[in-house]
Amino acid sequence: MEDLTKLDPRFVTVTRIRTALATLPLLIAAFALEGADILPFGVVLIPVVLLAAFIIFRIPLRRYAARGYAMSDDRLRVVRGLLFHSDTVVPFGRVQHIDVDQGPLERAFGLSSLTVHTAGTHNASVNLPGLATEDAAAMREEIRAHIKRETL
Amino acid sequence: MSEPAVPLGVPRQTDILSVFARGAGGVQSALVPMAAVFFGSGSSTASFGIALTIGAVIVGLMTLVAFVQWQRLTFTVGEQDIRVESGVLSRAARSVPYERIQDVSLEQALIPRLFGLVSVKFETGSAGKDELALAYLSEAEGEALRELVRAQKDDSEAPLSVEPGEGEIDQTAKAQPGEQLFAMGPKRLFTFGLFEFSLAVFAVLAGLAQYADSFIGIELWDADLWMEWLAGPGEYVSQLGPMAQVISVAAGLVSFFVVGSVTGLVRTFTRDWGFVLDRTAKGFRRRRGLFTRTDVVMPAHRVQALQIGTRMIRRRFGWHGLKFVSLAQDAGGSSHDVAPFAKLDELRPIVRAAGFAMPEDTLDWQRSSRAYRNVGMWIDALIPALIGIVILGLAAFSGIEEIDGRWGFALIPFAFALFLAVRQAFLWRYARNAIDETQVYRRTGWLAPSTAVANRVKLQSAEISQGPIARWRGYATLHLGLAGGAFAIAGLPLDRAHELRRAVLDSISAKDFSELT
Repeated sequence: MEDLTKLDPRFVTVTRIRTALATLPLLIAAFALEGADILPFGVVLIPVVLLAAFIIFRIPLRRYAARGYAMSDDRLRVVRGLLFHSDTVVPFGRVQHIDVDQGPLERAFGLSSLTVHTAGTHNASVNLPGLATEDAAAMREEIRAHIKRETL
Repeated sequence: MSEPAVPLGVPRQTDILSVFARGAGGVQSALVPMAAVFFGSGSSTASFGIALTIGAVIVGLMTLVAFVQWQRLTFTVGEQDIRVESGVLSRAARSVPYERIQDVSLEQALIPRLFGLVSVKFETGSAGKDELALAYLSEAEGEALRELVRAQKDDSEAPLSVEPGEGEIDQTAKAQPGEQLFAMGPKRLFTFGLFEFSLAVFAVLAGLAQYADSFIGIELWDADLWMEWLAGPGEYVSQLGPMAQVISVAAGLVSFFVVGSVTGLVRTFTRDWGFVLDRTAKGFRRRRGLFTRTDVVMPAHRVQALQIGTRMIRRRFGWHGLKFVSLAQDAGGSSHDVAPFAKLDELRPIVRAAGFAMPEDTLDWQRSSRAYRNVGMWIDALIPALIGIVILGLAAFSGIEEIDGRWGFALIPFAFALFLAVRQAFLWRYARNAIDETQVYRRTGWLAPSTAVANRVKLQSAEISQGPIARWRGYATLHLGLAGGAFAIAGLPLDRAHELRRAVLDSISAKDFSELT
């Protein structure tokens, strides 16, 4: 098997910000509960903060380590998943169309995600986030050059 | 037969008769409110009149709506596309280019059939829901439209391949009626119907009974009422002695089987009456149906994979069914039934016509990993086994009167756990996979095995996925991307998964998607 290319390291930061936003309501609830003075100090707050810290700082790093991709002459390989691992290969000859997307957060960090669509029911779209915008554009051009002509 | 010419580029309307067909269809939806009014107003002669009036009003309204809609709906058969403009208050215009039309199918439900009308459906492979349909055209017009779309499609798809001189040869090829691949006569349908034994009718009856409950005002679920009713004949039966009781139980069982068989027969006959599968120049053409007659054509190159299945009992008599997997939808199902009930030898020519091959005996069938089997057995047995342990614990320590000391109860969940584990072992034993130069094979099922055959070149992607347990025990699931279906082989040893994927990917890369269609 060929070596995998790592995603852009900025992907870790983006994922951290995203998970931080997702855990925010939980943290606020924990602080509110603490403020209400029903339970002894720290019974709720300390575990919640520890858990949130783990989710925000550790998990994105592990996710980043688990992800990777490889482009060869005729196929794109996308590897992902910490607990549920998946290793997908899409031959360029089966790509129907290609998307390059940028959310607001991704744009702030100069990242893009590349999505290739196939006609298959399983893996109808294969998503590869966390690419530097110029890399994503270059990959799109390369894949497109391989698609001989658009049909169907 | 002189087919009416289809004028190009002119906005046209559907057949005026469709207004009446839709109105007549309204009778169906008027029945329930009519019944409600009839029973609700005391079931007298006067209420019968009211009910009839209400029915007439509903049908009249539906006819009126159908008329207004009919007036506002036009379709245009253009050079590049078919356009439909519709809508009374809000207008909608849709254009479907010929290249996107996978196929045109004609469908006749009972009422339109009486009027000699067909509904024309344009399949675009857009997940089935959003298909364009014209309801209704006259039979001849529908047929003409279908021919025209097919001709247009060929022109737009392969403008270079047809040389000027060959046009006429092509025309004669089209006119050929096609070779019959498979058909089911009444005798075959009868056998098929018997195997389609179904108790669905009992579920329907139970549902109806509940519905009738609120109308008739009899409490059907009131046990006392039944006791009273049964007291007469019931007592009589109990006095007859054991012999008569055995006979009455037997009679009950017999009627049970008769009802189930009749249901199966009726369903089979209405669905598959006059089943004919032809191989025409355009692809496979299937016609079937007693009340709703359907006529579906599927180009042979659109067949992505095959499914050969059977059931527990019919398998002992050598009956199998064949389905084609493709992007087009078939009556709600994702695969096309091309031979629902046939001997394996009858399937062979159909499979060959689709450009596939039946699994041969020389194939190197391989099993999934043993670790996968063991994990499956443990997981399946886990929950009933835990329940059994809890019952044992209760029997020993709880002191609850009902269960204290009754160890035997725990046997039930334990037996169930054992059964599930044994079942997994057998499923593993019979699940196989194989690969040859052109195809990938997957066999699943223990008592009712089914085989899926996919063309290596027609696959879209390949994925190896592993959950936490799979990674720990070293097996993986191989998902092959198939247009219009799923093709996954579970529990492969990791090496085998990689080997299969490598082989499939090499075949895929050798041929571009555009060469497939």
